[in-house]
Amino acid sequence: MISMGKINVKDKDIVVPGETLAVGMDNFPGQGTYREGENIVASRLGLAQLDGRTIKLIPLSGRYIPKKFDTIICKVTDVTVNGWRLDTNSPYQAMLSMKEATSQFIERGADLTQFYDIGDYIVGKIVNVTSQKLVDISMKGPGLRRLKGGRMIEVASNKVPRIIGKQGSMVSMIKDATGCNISVGQNGLVWIDGSPEGELLAIMAIRKIEEESHLSGLTDKIKEFLEKNNKGRITNWREKIEGKKDTTDDNNQ
Amino acid sequence: MYKELRNHIIKLFGSDTRLDGRKFTDFRPIKLETGVASSAEGSARVNIGKTDVIVGIKTEVMEPFPDTPDEGGIMVGAELLPLSNPDFELGPPGIEAIEIARVVDRGIRESKAINFKKLCIKENEKVWMLVIDICTINDSGNLLDASALAAVAALKDMRFPKYENEKLDYKEKTDKKLDLKDLPITVTVIKIGDKLIVDPDLDEEKVIDARLTVASLSDGTLCALQKGGDYPLTAEDIDKMVHIALGKAKELRRLIR
Amino acid sequence: MAYKQRIDGRKFDETRKIEAKVGIIPRADGSAMFRTGNTVAYAAVYGPRNLHPRFLQDPSKGILRCNYNMMPFSSFGERVRPGGSRRSKEISLVTEKALLPVLDLNEYPNSVVDVFIEFPQTEAGSRCAGISAAAMALADAGLSMKDLVAAVSVGRVDDKLVVDLDYNEESYEDGPVADIPVAMMPNHDKITLLQMDGLISTDELKKVIEMAKKACKDIYKVQNKALKEKYKAEAE
Repeated sequence: MISMGKINVKDKDIVVPGETLAVGMDNFPGQGTYREGENIVASRLGLAQLDGRTIKLIPLSGRYIPKKFDTIICKVTDVTVNGWRLDTNSPYQAMLSMKEATSQFIERGADLTQFYDIGDYIVGKIVNVTSQKLVDISMKGPGLRRLKGGRMIEVASNKVPRIIGKQGSMVSMIKDATGCNISVGQNGLVWIDGSPEGELLAIMAIRKIEEESHLSGLTDKIKEFLEKNNKGRITNWREKIEGKKDTTDDNNQ
Repeated sequence: MYKELRNHIIKLFGSDTRLDGRKFTDFRPIKLETGVASSAEGSARVNIGKTDVIVGIKTEVMEPFPDTPDEGGIMVGAELLPLSNPDFELGPPGIEAIEIARVVDRGIRESKAINFKKLCIKENEKVWMLVIDICTINDSGNLLDASALAAVAALKDMRFPKYENEKLDYKEKTDKKLDLKDLPITVTVIKIGDKLIVDPDLDEEKVIDARLTVASLSDGTLCALQKGGDYPLTAEDIDKMVHIALGKAKELRRLIR
Repeated sequence: MAYKQRIDGRKFDETRKIEAKVGIIPRADGSAMFRTGNTVAYAAVYGPRNLHPRFLQDPSKGILRCNYNMMPFSSFGERVRPGGSRRSKEISLVTEKALLPVLDLNEYPNSVVDVFIEFPQTEAGSRCAGISAAAMALADAGLSMKDLVAAVSVGRVDDKLVVDLDYNEESYEDGPVADIPVAMMPNHDKITLLQMDGLISTDELKKVIEMAKKACKDIYKVQNKALKEKYKAEAE
């Protein structure tokens, strides 16, 4: 009889590179893992996910890497003769060509800053990524636009799906509760525009989602949190609001 | 480059608040810890919010400078370590680091808190030199005030090593402390638009118009000043900024016991 | 004369007291602290990020750059002058080579992953502590790695083979000493750093590498736990 393989991890376990997740040829290595002899080994830090006999890892950290069809928030860093250079909050810059910027006719030699100027933020869609990571952005599509006013915060890009929620349910809930306009880029930039209190509450809710993203019942927790804080005054915002990774308080010497 | 950010910050100022909800003259939570590097003769770590700075002091015995044959001294260096901020680069200290080191140096030196004559071991021959090094661990804004506070706390933490028969033994620390007559406290006040704030975070630092760094003694005497930023200040601004700085210095001084 | 008992009372195959913590530098993409005895290493990872100037870029994969630096007050002796020395440059190089075999940077052409390692205090074994910290920081940064890297210095003091030499052992004067920093992929038993100062026989070298293997597996456990703790803390 062929011996059944053994799986060493449970669903949602946090695993570390080099850890043996399963033994035996009847299990399969999914994303973030590799096979070595009989073993399936973690090749990144992540959350184990068991899908039948396939084991894969959900990333818990890491920088955003541009992917085709992602909607991201970019900052204009340069205006060239035929378009705009954009910072994508990733290792790679992107280009927005005149053709993809607007359906309007732009005359040769026109001042492109009248459309997008250096320092502007835009919501754009990635239409192409080459093997060398040359990234092309388009502004043609619903919701793609220049962001005016408001403020920008940065979140871990792997938490973006939780912040958006199923069919945008999470972000809609935050918008409704705080009265803010919110736009979430898949590259981890989040734009928020509302009243000072509304913006703070929205940021606190987003930080809470980031921190608790791998717990179940997140939607209910956030709902409760928004209701509680919306009634009274916002307290203890100070710890909640500052950066992305909340661990400095107890640094080792 | 930061016009949207600046507009937003100024809009919030109109509602008497800041990006993170603080009041204009609120610091973020401050944490101070001493004795953080046991290799140093004195050391301290200061966290202001997520900003994190370590200061360590090494004592050296050297020949005095010819113009002050009976005086020891201090030397201050600052390193903006590339580990603490993605924009900091390897290499010799840039102008930002040099400014921090010089402003911290001036705050301590001009306060006369340290009697340099007491750092003399033998006139014309041997004096103590206290080398104060500032290292940034995480930059989330306001490195200058964090560095200055950590430097003073490290001086307070310092113990001289054993020095006998012209030999310095770093392995053996004595219980001899540095005699500090006062504690110079440094507070930087920032001007953005027509508002004055303290303890800027990273976003606020990007849109500063002007800043005034004020070092002061416990009786309110000023001992060092440094105006920075690209825009001018009026005499009225300076008066207000000094008052804010003196008020905050009182709070910070309480942290160093 | 023989080296009968270790100066600080440890067993011959015992490391100094080890501690690790992940996520100590919020601005970094990944960060960690690793401590053995009086040696404390901080590591921060930035990247993958844009690499300039362009001629440094590799169009087939991302590159790794490491920098080892002692803070000026980190030595128990005289102050360390700031700025790189020949020693720190060499250690930066071997650190890079020690970490590279576990990393897969194929997904990040033309970019760079920067690792900055700093020491607030050191007392022997700093390059190994730096490598152990850097490996955790790289994992924390979410990079693709087939294993962690754990490092420890082993060697010989007089007639005894020892693990994790401290300052007193490195400077032992009553007999020959060999100091051998070793870095390993702990789950693969592969060696990614090996250096030696001193004198040792080939037989002893074999034995002492076995001791390093065991110690690196113990260090891996500490690294593994520290990484899990950071993310568990976030989840709670």
